[in-house]
Amino acid sequence: MTTPPARTPRVNLGWEAMVIGLLVLALLIGSRLNDAFFTAANLSNLTANLVEVALMALTMTLVVIAAEIDLSIASTLGMCSALLGVLWAAQVPMPLAILATLALGALAGLLNGVLVTRLGLPSLAVTIGTLALYRGLAYALLGDRAVADFPPLWTNLGFGVVPGTQIPIPIVAFVVLAVIVAVALHATPFGRSLYAIGASELAARFSGLRVERVKLTLFVLSGLMSAFAAVVYTFRFSSARADNAVGFELSVIAAVLLGGVSIFGGRGSVIGVIAAVFLIGVINNALTLADVPNEILTIVTGLLLILSVLGPNVAARVRAGSERRRAAAGVKGETT
Amino acid sequence: MQHRTALLTALTLVLGLGATVGVAQAPAMKKGLKIAFLPKQVNNPYFTTAWKGGQSALKEIAAVGKQVGPSDAGASSQVSYINTLLSQRQNVIVLSASDQNALVPYLKRAMQQGVKVVTYDSDVAAGGRNVFVSQASTDTIARDEVKLIAKQIGGEGEIAILSATPNATNQNAWIAIMQDELKKPEYAKIKLVKIAYGNDDDQKSFQETQGLLQAYPNLKGIISPTTVGISAAARYLSTSPYKGKVQLTGLGTPNQMRQFVKDGTVQAFALWNPEDLGYLAAYTAGALASGQISGKEGEKFRAGKLGERTIGKGGVVTLGPLTVFDKSNIDKFNF
Repeated sequence: MTTPPARTPRVNLGWEAMVIGLLVLALLIGSRLNDAFFTAANLSNLTANLVEVALMALTMTLVVIAAEIDLSIASTLGMCSALLGVLWAAQVPMPLAILATLALGALAGLLNGVLVTRLGLPSLAVTIGTLALYRGLAYALLGDRAVADFPPLWTNLGFGVVPGTQIPIPIVAFVVLAVIVAVALHATPFGRSLYAIGASELAARFSGLRVERVKLTLFVLSGLMSAFAAVVYTFRFSSARADNAVGFELSVIAAVLLGGVSIFGGRGSVIGVIAAVFLIGVINNALTLADVPNEILTIVTGLLLILSVLGPNVAARVRAGSERRRAAAGVKGETT
Repeated sequence: MQHRTALLTALTLVLGLGATVGVAQAPAMKKGLKIAFLPKQVNNPYFTTAWKGGQSALKEIAAVGKQVGPSDAGASSQVSYINTLLSQRQNVIVLSASDQNALVPYLKRAMQQGVKVVTYDSDVAAGGRNVFVSQASTDTIARDEVKLIAKQIGGEGEIAILSATPNATNQNAWIAIMQDELKKPEYAKIKLVKIAYGNDDDQKSFQETQGLLQAYPNLKGIISPTTVGISAAARYLSTSPYKGKVQLTGLGTPNQMRQFVKDGTVQAFALWNPEDLGYLAAYTAGALASGQISGKEGEKFRAGKLGERTIGKGGVVTLGPLTVFDKSNIDKFNF
């Protein structure tokens, strides 16, 4: 092997610039495809539609950078939505019901975290298990019922826009949380510890990081965020159902990977992930407006995901290959 | 069929003349209306057939039609389509709702902006649409299904229901009435042991059928009031030792069920004609957008070959009674 660069960049700027570039391109193509695309109302709908995925992608970014994964987020959302419905139907005051919902989400995350950190189980296996478990509990809570009679005061928070603008209210919450997560990841010791753990857990442990505690915190945050997304989802659709948000975990992971977070941990940024969430949203919206059938949309999203995993891999090989050639040409006889 | 077609044509002509001569006050059907069908799911044979009927009606009224929709039957998937159709300034959205409540705020916003909303096949909660085009009354469907299964199992034994998703509005309404119907003394010896959900997914429905037969060895019959469910169940039964011993009925399409009726797996099943349902929904959409109707009870409009229709209570237009398909008549239908 050639000598690695002195410091592998934690943030893959080239990739993120490309995703942002693709987003701009998609916006341009979208507005050329259909006049209705670049209207305030359409952009408002577009952003409102991806808010739950965007929220959960924030914490998923942290989890994946630390080389773990949480597949149970969408089921946690469903379970929390079901609880919110059950509590409201039982006439529990709304603020209290929301607090209980958030607590359940945190608890769900805690269980994931305990199984991963205390029992040393792989998070992939643990959260596939809780994916089924939490969805099952959602059905146990609410069965085949749907609670829909939420008061307009609260559903407006999910459905409405900031007065005088076309900005969906949940997006405001997303922006605030995105700033908090970005600062925490890129400008605090906690954030740096995630990269360290993701890059090499052993090294992180020997440098005195409390790996278990950090990971436990991540899973709790992931559960808490899923619960918050559940509240948003429930109010946005004014419908608490056990099957809410089935399959969302895949959209979230797709966005996180496309955003340049390495599936092996140690690399990624919040801005890249946010750009990826919007890129997928814009592509879907623009193609739907152009009456492209849903099957094609699924194919496009799938190809993007493959590209996002393949892209950095190929780029790294090309780089390694050219470096090897350069080394071989430069210093003959030295082992490469 | 030939006779019926001829009769219908004659009827249409007469009614058409009547309409042009007699009731001239009703505004004419507008041309070039933009009407979009939004089914629960695209690539579902039932909705494809309904769309075929919709298309021929849209052609007759010279509208610009299209069908869009998600490939999964999830609740939130339809919302982005409603928003998109709103952005495209369609005149009418013709919708089969996958969630009774979740779509309502979005439909209300569409209606506030002048878009008319017609639901067909599966309705939404009050205030979310102008007119609902019902396939057959909930009552008729549920009671006919119970009658069919009772006849097939000889009036006694355990039965199960294989439904679609646990939240499907129409399914739950039918199941509630079936349960009520089973309380009648003539059905006292029939026991409903389980309601299973195949989520309108072929493989899941297949597995649920398998599960039912294992869990209830004394099962005599299954009612599956969904086209996806009944064909998956029939496919399982036809290759299993239960073929002919466990009866299956429900709502299915003749093309899907033909081989199972012929090989003796299924004696008889029922359905309305989905092509006519789509046809009626398209005419209703046209009548709404042209100002012939507004959705009030008692309003009348002409629906091409289906003749004059009256809006009933709650803004509902009903297609008509069910057709029962068995060995004797199944080859006369192609949908």
